[in-house]
Amino acid sequence: MKKKMTSVAFNGTAEQLAKLDELIAKHKGEKGALMPVLQGAQGIYGYLPIEVQKHIALSMDVPLSEVYGVATFYSQFILNPKGEYAVSVCLGTACYVKGAGLLMDKLESLLGIKNGEISNDRKFSLDATRCIGACGLAPVLTVNEEVYGRLTPDMIKGILDKYN
Amino acid sequence: MIKNIQELTAIRDAYAGKINFRQHNPGVEVSDGNIKKHVLICGGTGCTSSKSVQIKAKMEEAIKEAGIQDEVQVVLTGCFGLCALGPIVIVYPEGTFYSRIEIKDAETIVKEHLVGGNPVKSLLYSQTVKGDEILSLNETAFYKKQKRVALRNCGVIDPECINEYIGTNGYMALAKVVTEMPPDDVINTILESGIRGRGGGGFPTGRKWMFAAAQPKGQKYVVCNGDEGDPGAFMDRSILEGDPHALIEAMAIAGYAIGANQGYVYVRAEYPIAVNRLQAAIDSARKEGLLGKNIFGTDFEFDMQIRLGAGAFVCGEETALLTSIEGNRGEPRPRPPFPAVKGLFGKPTIINNVETYANIPQIILKGADWFKSMGTEKSKGTKVFALGGKITNTGLVEIPMGTTLREVVEEIGGGIPNGKKFKAAQTGGPSGGCIPASKYDVEIDYDNLIAQGSMMGSGGLIVMDEDTCMVDLAKFFLEFTVDESCGKCAPCRIGTVRLLEILNKITEGNGEMEDLDKLEELANYIKSASLCGLGQTAPNPVLSTLANFRDEYIAHIVDKKCPAGVCKNLFTYKIDLDKCVGCGMCAKQCPADAISRTDYVAEGHKLASMTIDASKCVKCGACLPTCKKFNAIYKG
Amino acid sequence: MMENMVNVKINNKEYSVPANSTILEAARYAGIDIPTLCYLKDINEIGACRLCLVEVKGARGLCAACVYPVNEGMEIQTNTPAIRKARKTNLELVLSAHKKKCLTCVRSTSCELQKLCLEYGVDEDHFQGNNNSYPIDFSTASVVRDNEKCILCRRCVAACKNMQGIGVIGANDRGFDTHIASAFELKLGQTSCIGCGQCIVACPVGAIYEKDETQKVLDAIADPTKHVAICAAPSIRATLGECFGYEPGTDVEGKMVAALKALGFDGVYDMNLTADLTIMEEATEFLGRFKEGKNLPLITSCSPGWVKYCEHYFPEFVDNISSCKSPQQMFGAMYKTYYAEKVGLDPKDIVFVSAIPCTAKKFEVKRDFQNAAGVPDVDIAITTRELGRMIQQAGIDFKALADEKFDVPFGIGSGAGAIFGATGGVMEAALRTAAEVIEGKKLEKLEFDDVRGTEGIKRAVYKLGDVTVRVAVVSGTANAKKLLTAIKNGEEQYDFIEVMACPGGCVNGGGQPTQPAVVRNNVDLKALRASVLYTADKNMDLRKSHENSAVKMLYDEYFGEPNSHKAHEILHTKYVKRGL
Repeated sequence: MKKKMTSVAFNGTAEQLAKLDELIAKHKGEKGALMPVLQGAQGIYGYLPIEVQKHIALSMDVPLSEVYGVATFYSQFILNPKGEYAVSVCLGTACYVKGAGLLMDKLESLLGIKNGEISNDRKFSLDATRCIGACGLAPVLTVNEEVYGRLTPDMIKGILDKYN
Repeated sequence: MIKNIQELTAIRDAYAGKINFRQHNPGVEVSDGNIKKHVLICGGTGCTSSKSVQIKAKMEEAIKEAGIQDEVQVVLTGCFGLCALGPIVIVYPEGTFYSRIEIKDAETIVKEHLVGGNPVKSLLYSQTVKGDEILSLNETAFYKKQKRVALRNCGVIDPECINEYIGTNGYMALAKVVTEMPPDDVINTILESGIRGRGGGGFPTGRKWMFAAAQPKGQKYVVCNGDEGDPGAFMDRSILEGDPHALIEAMAIAGYAIGANQGYVYVRAEYPIAVNRLQAAIDSARKEGLLGKNIFGTDFEFDMQIRLGAGAFVCGEETALLTSIEGNRGEPRPRPPFPAVKGLFGKPTIINNVETYANIPQIILKGADWFKSMGTEKSKGTKVFALGGKITNTGLVEIPMGTTLREVVEEIGGGIPNGKKFKAAQTGGPSGGCIPASKYDVEIDYDNLIAQGSMMGSGGLIVMDEDTCMVDLAKFFLEFTVDESCGKCAPCRIGTVRLLEILNKITEGNGEMEDLDKLEELANYIKSASLCGLGQTAPNPVLSTLANFRDEYIAHIVDKKCPAGVCKNLFTYKIDLDKCVGCGMCAKQCPADAISRTDYVAEGHKLASMTIDASKCVKCGACLPTCKKFNAIYKG
Repeated sequence: MMENMVNVKINNKEYSVPANSTILEAARYAGIDIPTLCYLKDINEIGACRLCLVEVKGARGLCAACVYPVNEGMEIQTNTPAIRKARKTNLELVLSAHKKKCLTCVRSTSCELQKLCLEYGVDEDHFQGNNNSYPIDFSTASVVRDNEKCILCRRCVAACKNMQGIGVIGANDRGFDTHIASAFELKLGQTSCIGCGQCIVACPVGAIYEKDETQKVLDAIADPTKHVAICAAPSIRATLGECFGYEPGTDVEGKMVAALKALGFDGVYDMNLTADLTIMEEATEFLGRFKEGKNLPLITSCSPGWVKYCEHYFPEFVDNISSCKSPQQMFGAMYKTYYAEKVGLDPKDIVFVSAIPCTAKKFEVKRDFQNAAGVPDVDIAITTRELGRMIQQAGIDFKALADEKFDVPFGIGSGAGAIFGATGGVMEAALRTAAEVIEGKKLEKLEFDDVRGTEGIKRAVYKLGDVTVRVAVVSGTANAKKLLTAIKNGEEQYDFIEVMACPGGCVNGGGQPTQPAVVRNNVDLKALRASVLYTADKNMDLRKSHENSAVKMLYDEYFGEPNSHKAHEILHTKYVKRGL
């Protein structure tokens, strides 16, 4: 799977940067430290944007292409942040014929973001997923682990309100 | 700090009683001072996800309320193995086996059993209740045929208490080797035991050690492969969660044998409980001086650290694992040179998996002859299997090598649910193959499985019944390897994708007979030409299903039919108009509005029957469960 | 000696081969070629393409000959039906994921994959399936990358990272989605790529190639309002012949000149002249800095790949780089000022072309501070490969050409200028001139042997008169990184350093004719090509830059003296600190 890159502006804080530097310092001189550093950095930022990878590359004297090569090899690393509430709309066949596309449209307009994006306050991210096997409830969406089924576009607002 | 073997022995003796208390040996008197009951709660990943930690808290609260906290010890242990019945609670000394416990049951058990002395029959695992008699877990079919060596402490000790591990003779083997045995003797013992790697290829462990030991003195490494990635296999996780000190002890023994002072354990990041328990265990071993310098007062020093995987199945391949620890993309490298000669950071390295290590301390303590007495001629000892798929007792079992597949499935595994027939068992995960019903009596060991076109792998054993489509199964595993191929060598990177495309073509009903030749040609090529074990074994599911179930492939191609009714393009849902009672429940479930009412009223029914418009149906199957009672919907 | 040999059987015949060989090497001793795609000796030994598979008795599966060590008694089969079938299947799979634009591909007929496919009688449509699509990256001035032709042998990655120490490209993503690109899919032009083109000469197929500018040259020649002149860099006369089937290491200067004239240039000149001019400027600059003890070590500026490398990776050394333009740029600058004035040409009507071994020069012509006459000093830089294609397209029978001489007055170059094309050449040329200036008498021996040879880092100390000069010669940016780091850490000190971005210098430049791996792995191309230049130097009477009469003429008629104000305005330039 090709890794999806983010369209969200980087808004790392000085505090996060200090933590990252501390992490890098802790692993200084340790052989093969790139993986633990990337894992730690993802813990700090929630994802690994170019700004973070560049900082790691420069601090550890590793080419950025190598850092990125590692980050895109392992499925655990993500380049695109997930929202506090990750909204996924099932676009499997059953859901699609039941109007999942309309749910997606409604979500995009209510959240002001497009499929694959995250809101500026990082509260919501929006994705399409393949069939999650809840065809009997079609069309369905999930918010984190919670499944909502038999939806119509006018029910979307009520669901989002629960998390606002 | 434990400075010598005497101090270790003292702790062992102090805790041995506690451990004995938890071994149900009828007729043997056990005692643990003032403590009358031990309540063991499974803290493995499965039971934890069904709230065993909260059950433990509730249990302790209830025990306190009842005022018996000085008489009862509650222990969160590793996995008992019978995950299908979790969360599991066992009460000793009688070995009463509670299954599928909920938080609300905690109080009942405390009141009726711990205080009242009467096991709560309604909460017991049904197979342990024979009329008035209550059996211990060791007397159930699931446990009776097992022989727990690698798993011996899982579900017995508190993995976070080093003293409990010592109570099981823990660290005695390490003490013995560093104080009494020259490294060569250690290697000879392992060699003689005949133990082979439990993680995949089954290479003799002692030979690996011998090669690494033969390298010139200098920096060497001991690595543990805990990157258990086969879908459905979790024996390594269970050992890490249930008996982490066994791994630490074994790695230190290996370090002593080959002359290494540093170990790395590479564990999947998806195993947080295992990682935390192992880290806690490493910390306490260090605190007790069992890791670090001057172990047991000798010159021997050894320390270890954990490295986390990051979601790449290929890192279970030993050279990929090493490249990953070195901080790179987990791409395998060619062998030779083998890791024993040029491994981690270019230094001699041995890599064994968790289960292999878990056997080592006992081989040292009980001797090679003891180990050799179990198993078959070329496969010694036991093997842990993760039973899954269409089998009653899903979970973890450890059996002597040579046990037949039938025994494992029918007796230990409790057979196939819903009266369905055994069709095949898949071993070795995406690297393995399937063993058909005609080979049900095969004795499971390394060589027999390979002879069947499958392999031991890490020990996943997935049972399939007549509802499984073997072409679809091959496709499932191939999709997995395509996703997990590292992309370095051409045969695996491109070949597996082309293989999958041909399978897709067949399952979509567009296959031609020539495709079968192409599949075989390509599969054999990938097997012989790929750089690493992942690629070399990736075609196995295709080859073994082709060998054993060729007629199913032909049915897909020639008749455009999927005999098991799995491949969506090759069947339609239909309603038997005469069975249909016209309740309309199916239409309500249908996401595609493909079901409507006909004019036909079947004899004896009041309402007109329903029918499915094949052109609208998306084959999601949502209608099927609504008709369970009338069984009018079928695939045709 | 004997104990270091082992006996092996290859295709049923016994051979004694060095104990540390791989099967591939052992087979070569036996005169047997095993096909490879990903293997480049010492640079890329990863066993990934699986084309060199052979049968080894007792081994499980087939073995990759390129990385499999031999041992005593080993029995190897390199050409059985099973192996031929495996190789054919391999090639068919690779082709199923390859953009087969072979008819129009720049590497058609020099493509290693194409050659093997022919040899193995491959059916190019045997396997068919879906492939990922990738945009072609045109973003740099030097290099074009077409990932749909990439076969993922990773030779380019190894050249960039292992050989050059740069690593602006690498493998991204995993499995079938693996592809070679920069981090975050940045275009190469957005990275710290130096344009050295070593990835191009490493590529076995047409996935990386130079930005072709031959059409621009042809258009200019066809335009009657333009005066089109070309100068040929020192090293390309040692390599151009390879485009026409000559063995590497053949001097084709006369034919090259004849071909350039046949192409219709209005002036065909020798860049060796401005190599000499560079020496005059740079040696003077060095003596000045050496006297003042300022901005030392002085580091040469001839190699634009190196200059860009320094600007990106060692900006703290930018002030150490000589302010001299490179010989290419000096030529254009001089031509559009001095010569234009002299013959009454408007610089705007001149199209100045250089024929160079280098892809980084395509970037250099576009740099700021390289426009002495108000227009770019050099308009178009074409590589040896592009020149070869132009000659072919023009229907010129290169091998049949009679030798011709460069045009006057810019056809005179010294032996010192000639050796610029090999690593150490600039240093030696500068030392010849500096020594005579300092000592005030003729050198007895002109050869400075310590700075010759293809080694990556060469160090020497010379006593010139009563001063001691510590010099170093570096080729390949990975070696530059090593040396500069040592200087930065105070571990080594130098007064004068020559750096060439490409290992071996310009003879091994990224714009030179490609040679298949089988040649690269078995022939020392760098030394062979350099030998042409050293032989030419040895056979010349004029071997010192300051004795070049054309150089003297330039100073007498126009620049006055080296490092004069006018020389500074026209022949010197400035750099930028780019960082990463």
